[in-house]
Amino acid sequence: MPAPIRLRELIRTIRTARTQAEEREMIQKECAAIRSSFREEDNTYRCRNVAKLLYMHMLGYPAHFGQLECLKLIASQKFTDKRIGYLGAMLLLDERQDVHLLMTNCIKNDLNHSTQYVQGLALCTLGCMGSSEMCRDLAGEVEKLLKTSNSYLRKKAALCAVHVIRKVPELMEMFLPATKNLLSEKNHGVLHTSVVLLTEMCERSPDMLAHFRKNEKLVPQLVRILKNLIMSGYSPEHDVSGISDPFLQVRILRLLRILGRSDDDSSEAMNDILAQVATNTETSKNVGNAILYETVLTIMDIKSESGLRVLAINILGRFLLNNDKNIRYVALTSLLKTVQTDHNAVQRHRSTIVDCLKDLDVSIKRRAMELSFALVNGNNIRGMMKELLYFLDSCDPEFKADCASGVFLAAEKYAPSKRWHIDTIMRVLTTAGSYVRDDSVPNLIQLITNSVEMHAYTVQRLYKALLDDISQQPLVQVASWCIGEYGDLLVSGQCEEEEPIQVTEDEVLDVLEGLLVSNLSTPVTRGYSLTAIMKLSTRFTSVNRIKKVVSIYGSSIDVELQQRAVEYNALFKKYDHMRPALLERMPIMEKSASNGPTEIVQTNGETEPSVEPKHPPPVTQPANQANDLLDLLGGNDVVPVIQTTMPTKPASAGGELLDLLGDLSLSGGPAPAPAPSVPTSQPPFLLDGLSSQPLFNDIAAAAIPPMTAYNKNGLKIDFTFERANPNPNIAVITIHASNSTEADMTDFVFQAAVPKTFQLQLLSPSSNVVPALNQGTVTQVIRVLNPQKQQLRMRIKLTYTLKGSPVQDLAEVNNFPPQSWQ
Amino acid sequence: MQFMLLFSRQGKLRLQKWYVPLCDKEKKKITRELVQTVLARKPKMCSFLEWRDLKIVYKRYASLYFCCAIEDQDNELITLEIIHRYVELLDKYFGSVCELDIIFNFEKAYFILDEFLLGGEAQETSKKNVLKAIEQADLLQEVTQECQTPPFTMKMNI
Repeated sequence: MPAPIRLRELIRTIRTARTQAEEREMIQKECAAIRSSFREEDNTYRCRNVAKLLYMHMLGYPAHFGQLECLKLIASQKFTDKRIGYLGAMLLLDERQDVHLLMTNCIKNDLNHSTQYVQGLALCTLGCMGSSEMCRDLAGEVEKLLKTSNSYLRKKAALCAVHVIRKVPELMEMFLPATKNLLSEKNHGVLHTSVVLLTEMCERSPDMLAHFRKNEKLVPQLVRILKNLIMSGYSPEHDVSGISDPFLQVRILRLLRILGRSDDDSSEAMNDILAQVATNTETSKNVGNAILYETVLTIMDIKSESGLRVLAINILGRFLLNNDKNIRYVALTSLLKTVQTDHNAVQRHRSTIVDCLKDLDVSIKRRAMELSFALVNGNNIRGMMKELLYFLDSCDPEFKADCASGVFLAAEKYAPSKRWHIDTIMRVLTTAGSYVRDDSVPNLIQLITNSVEMHAYTVQRLYKALLDDISQQPLVQVASWCIGEYGDLLVSGQCEEEEPIQVTEDEVLDVLEGLLVSNLSTPVTRGYSLTAIMKLSTRFTSVNRIKKVVSIYGSSIDVELQQRAVEYNALFKKYDHMRPALLERMPIMEKSASNGPTEIVQTNGETEPSVEPKHPPPVTQPANQANDLLDLLGGNDVVPVIQTTMPTKPASAGGELLDLLGDLSLSGGPAPAPAPSVPTSQPPFLLDGLSSQPLFNDIAAAAIPPMTAYNKNGLKIDFTFERANPNPNIAVITIHASNSTEADMTDFVFQAAVPKTFQLQLLSPSSNVVPALNQGTVTQVIRVLNPQKQQLRMRIKLTYTLKGSPVQDLAEVNNFPPQSWQ
Repeated sequence: MQFMLLFSRQGKLRLQKWYVPLCDKEKKKITRELVQTVLARKPKMCSFLEWRDLKIVYKRYASLYFCCAIEDQDNELITLEIIHRYVELLDKYFGSVCELDIIFNFEKAYFILDEFLLGGEAQETSKKNVLKAIEQADLLQEVTQECQTPPFTMKMNI
């Protein structure tokens, strides 16, 4: 049989293949030849065949049938065989295959071989891929070699020991004695690997760490070695661009870091050498900067004095200005680690960091962005935000979501004014609107609602943005919501902050309807815009158009839209009298102090108005409350309440207090249309089918004394007070009606009116029968909003039936205790 | 260091050294993904990138990419120096090394690497000492071949 072709010959042949198929054919042919050669147990050419197999393996072809052959090569006495055999073992075998354990004996023998190069091969293989079992078996041999005086073997044994410790940590102890005088070696190879070994031991075991600090006095030894490296003259053997053995220097600095961490004495002992390295290292080449980098990491991690820390940060600052982008990258990474602890020092380099936002490299940009956000504070918010918004404009899509979130967070924390805040939000929505996270929409809505004086400005800007672009859903959703709420401000052209635009109701409705039909709108967005259109029915005059739109969507394929449309239709038809109250302007939403931005109580005009957002404990409605439907037809126990508000009614002749009978109306909000005045004979509606459960838990009383508001003909009405936390402008009054006559008072109705500057909300009574002889009380809750803190006055009207005959009475209540309205 | 890969601009693997135990399939997957990622980098970008939970340090020398995966606490800049040192060793050994040298003498490239790094860490920081050791080992290889070659058969080069 002809001799198998040589390795180089094979490589040459395979490279001539012009197609993948041709190559595969050649490989298969050769593999077949090799396989038969293996079968023949050919010792002479085994080495050559395995080498060829390794080449084919690197090309990606299977070579597992060569595994056993590698073992045979390792067992051979020829050095060539061993060399290829061990190489093959490292490439083809790994600890997952049981076969590898067969190596153990060979390695053991070779560790004791007479030739150091054979021993070296064994150490190398063991240290590279030895499994835990192999390590356990051979640790003793490695330990022996760690004590040899042969530096060639000693250095390899040290790294092999590192591998053993990583695989079998319990064996660490046995290497301890051998480390005794490792550092007194002159050979740099041994020094380097010893430092690596000591680092591994100190990192893994606090006991070892303590031992090396105290007993072995490792720090002074390391300091001495490092000093020699720096001070000694040119050493050609270890020189790299004028620096002596940078690899060793870096490893020593890393070990010093571990020794100095949380230890004052060690940190002090290394203070001087660190300062020396930091100031004397040549920075023109990468080598010097590598050492400086390690030095900075060490300084920041140990208990260094402040002067040293400032030195370190300044080095990083200089790194930021380096032409080499690798250096800049490394600087940004390090600064990110230290920005929390050394914030002021890092602030000094803020402008350089911000410049890095414009770098071409993605990794540098990301780090610069993270660092910029970490550096934003109340003083630099305007400048920083300008840069960050510019960055948001021009950055890659992968950054936009994070950047947008960061901008929102920073704006929320440090916004210098509401106008600025709104402008910033607008900027983000218009430039990166589609990358904004979903939970930002409710957050932004809450923010906008609470900036009362900016409503007109906000809705105007959002409207203009919509005219430009309706593709970015978060922007569209926030805009629809605002137009629905503040559309009246938009058409009335009252904007203080900028030039008001002239826009008609029809134009606004055109835009909103456009959103409904556009392909770009998601179902959620459509829901927003339908609701917005509906809300405008109480703010605009073109109600018919709105009615038409709403009824069209009553047959929409989208179930969500259909349901909304149907219910809004019902609002127009059967419940038209409730419509204004339900679609009234949203009250200010309170954020409870502990909530982060994502936990807003989202209520809008659709949910039952009696679910008061200000009510503590906060009602935890799901964040997408906007999608909840008003359940007009029951299902919830909570009862719709008629709000008796009358601030916009023209004053009737006679001054501030209104005539209860004539003007008790249900129109809420600044609706320009005259609200239909509903006669007060609403008892059936007020009282029908209502549950009598009280809607409020007792709020923590602010100790306001109760009072008697009315006491006549056996009917006594007491008022008790509570303050509604957290809004101190709201007084919560509970009336207690008691009946001292012999007969029950049935069909009891309590009504109240307040002056124009107040707002009043009356909740449903506990019952409409006041039992005779003080056997029970009817309670009802009144909430009075008194933003101007005026003296509280109230006119009340009582109607009831006693012994078959109706009784009616009017009274004024003026004796409110001062604490109830101050 | 967890592993080192050498590959050409066309993505062909020229050397792979793994210091962590992984099955063949996993190694192939990592190699494929990483080669793709590194080849997609533009020339102006920095030599470091984050990939999975590792730091990747790479440098291009002529037509070959040298790519190392290091751990979080390792120094990226000194890793660049390690790569450079290895290239210098190859250069000295082969005399102005080029990709073809490494293709045709891949086993020697491995031997040199194994004399410089062990278990992912540098075992010798002196260029001279590494080259000397390789030289001696090569000599040993030739000598033992000479001794064991029967005079009438051909010289047993691989």
